[in-house]
Amino acid sequence: MPKPIPVPDALSKPFWDAVNQRRLVLQTCTACNRHQYPPEPACAQCHSAQHLEWQPAKEPVRGRIYGYCVMHDSRLIPLHEDQPFNIAVIKLEEDPELLFLSHLPGTPPDQVPVGATVEIYFEELKLAPGRLIHEWRVVS
Amino acid sequence: MATEYWPNSRLRTKTGLGVWEHRGKVAVAGIGFAPTMRRWDGEDLSTSVGALTIVAAQKALDDAGISKGEIDGVVACPIGMGDNWGPESVTGRPYFAPPYDTEDGLIGTSADWLVKNMGLWNAKSTFHGAACFNTAMSVGAQVVGDGLANTILVIRGMGNPPGRYHQAPDTNYSGPRQWSAPFDWRLEPLIAYGFDQYCRKYGKTHDMVAPFVLNQRRNGLLMPEGYYAQHRPETPTKEDYLAARWVVKPMCIMDMDLPIQTAVAFVVTTGERARGMKQKPVYILTHCSQRGVVRSTTETLDETEAFAANIAGMCYEGSGLTARELDVFNPYDGYTLFTQYYLEAFGWHGVKRGEALDFYAGDIRVEGPHPFSSSGGNNGNGRTRSWGQYDCIQQLRGQAGRRQVRIKAETAIAGAFTPGTSDWTVYSTSPD
Repeated sequence: MPKPIPVPDALSKPFWDAVNQRRLVLQTCTACNRHQYPPEPACAQCHSAQHLEWQPAKEPVRGRIYGYCVMHDSRLIPLHEDQPFNIAVIKLEEDPELLFLSHLPGTPPDQVPVGATVEIYFEELKLAPGRLIHEWRVVS
Repeated sequence: MATEYWPNSRLRTKTGLGVWEHRGKVAVAGIGFAPTMRRWDGEDLSTSVGALTIVAAQKALDDAGISKGEIDGVVACPIGMGDNWGPESVTGRPYFAPPYDTEDGLIGTSADWLVKNMGLWNAKSTFHGAACFNTAMSVGAQVVGDGLANTILVIRGMGNPPGRYHQAPDTNYSGPRQWSAPFDWRLEPLIAYGFDQYCRKYGKTHDMVAPFVLNQRRNGLLMPEGYYAQHRPETPTKEDYLAARWVVKPMCIMDMDLPIQTAVAFVVTTGERARGMKQKPVYILTHCSQRGVVRSTTETLDETEAFAANIAGMCYEGSGLTARELDVFNPYDGYTLFTQYYLEAFGWHGVKRGEALDFYAGDIRVEGPHPFSSSGGNNGNGRTRSWGQYDCIQQLRGQAGRRQVRIKAETAIAGAFTPGTSDWTVYSTSPD
C-alpha cells in the first residue's frame, strides 16, 4: 500500500529517525513518568518541556487491537487501489493510554480480531524507498 | 484589517461557570436560508456562495422586519465547507480573474465580504467564529451580550464547487497529519471506529440506526428550505439503508450528510430590541463550546462519551434548565453514527447511556411523543450544520409548518459538530 509519507519536523525527527533504525521510542516526561504519543512540545500534565526525553519502548514492543474500521472510499487518491483496507487502533501493551494506528498488514479486511495481541514491525514506504514506518501485525 | 477569529478563551468551554451572565438578554429576531443546490456551477456569480449569503441575510432582515442600516455588526464562519477553489496548482481549479482573485465569496463568506458587498454601511463590528455556524452563533450571542454590537447578522455560506468532494492527491503530510495520514486516519474513520466501539460496549448493531436516518429524511421533506425537499423528494426505505455502500465500514453513505451549496443567516439582537421587531423573540439562555483534548492519537469511546457529557453539563448549567425541561432537541447528525452520544448525554426524554438506538425504534416522528431532531438535520436536508438552529427558532415561534412538534415547544437546544469539537445554543420562548 502506498502509504502517505510523514514529513518530520524538529519535534518529531527523533521519533522518525528511530523508526528508520527499526526502533520505537516514546517521548517521556521524566518528572511525571508519563509517555506521550504523538509527541508534544510540552508535557500535557505538568506543562513543562524541561523533563521531556526520548526513551526506547520496552521490548518486545506489543499491543492489543482496541478497535477498527474498514476503509472503502478513501479521500486519499493514492490509496484507492488498495481498498478496502483495515484501519485499526492499537493500545500499546507498555502503556495502554497510548494509541497507535495500523493497517494490520496480513489481516484480511473486516476480519480483525479485536483484542488480539499485535507486534510492531517496520515497513518500507513504497513512495519513499529506504524510509520506514511503524506497523503492527497479529501474533496471536 | 481583516476580521479576526474570536479566541477560544472567550468562549464558554467548561462547566463550573454557572448560569450565563447574559441569560435571556440576547435573542434571535430573524432567520433566513438561501435556496439550495448540489454544487455551484463555477460560473454563475449570482449563485456563488457569497451571493447566496446576501440572499440569506436579506431574508433574515425581512423576517425580523428591519433594514440593513440597523445592522451594526456581523459574525461569520468564513470557512466554506467544500474544497478550496484555487490556486490551480493545488486544486486544479484556477482562480477567477480579478476582482475574484480570492476564495472569499466563492467558497465561503467572510464578515468583511458581506459588509462590503451587501452595503452594510452601519456594521462597524465584525467577528469570525472558526468551526461552523454554531460557533458563529456562540460568538454572536456573546458579542451582543457583551454590548460589542446591538443588532448583528450571524452568517455561514456553504460552498460546494464542482468536482468530487475532498479528494486529496497529496503524498506528503506534515504537522499533526504526519501521525494520522499514513494510516488514512481522519474524522470518518474516527466516527466509524467509535461507533463500532459503541456497538461492542452496548450490544448494538448498525442496522438499528436505520429508523433514525429514515426519520431524518422524512423530517427533511417537511423542511421546504432543505435540499431534499427542493431537489430530491424521494423517500428512502430501510432496504435502501441496509444496501447503501460502505464508505468506512460500519459507516455507510446514508450515514453521511450530502454536501450542498447554500447559506444561512440569523439576526441576533438584545432581548429588549427584539421585542420591538416583527417576530416573537426567541431568547438565548446560554451558549457553550466543547474543545476536547485527547490523550493520544485519537479518541477512545470513554473520551467521546465524556466530551458529550461535558457539553450537556455546560448547556444545562449555563441555561439553568434540566433534561426534563428540554422540549426541542436538534443535536448534530452530519454523521448519524455519533448523534447517539448527544441523545444519551443530554438524557432527552429519559434516554440513558446505551439506549439511543433502541429509542430510535420508537415513535420519533414530529407528530409523535418523542420528536427527536425535528429539523431533519443535515442528513435530511444537506450539509450546512445549521438546520438544527433554524428549526429550534421555527419550533419555538410555532412556525415549523408540517414539522411543528405536537409536544410543548418552549425550550430548545441545537449544536454541532463532533463531541470533541462543537458549539451549542440553548433557546427559550421566555427570557426568564
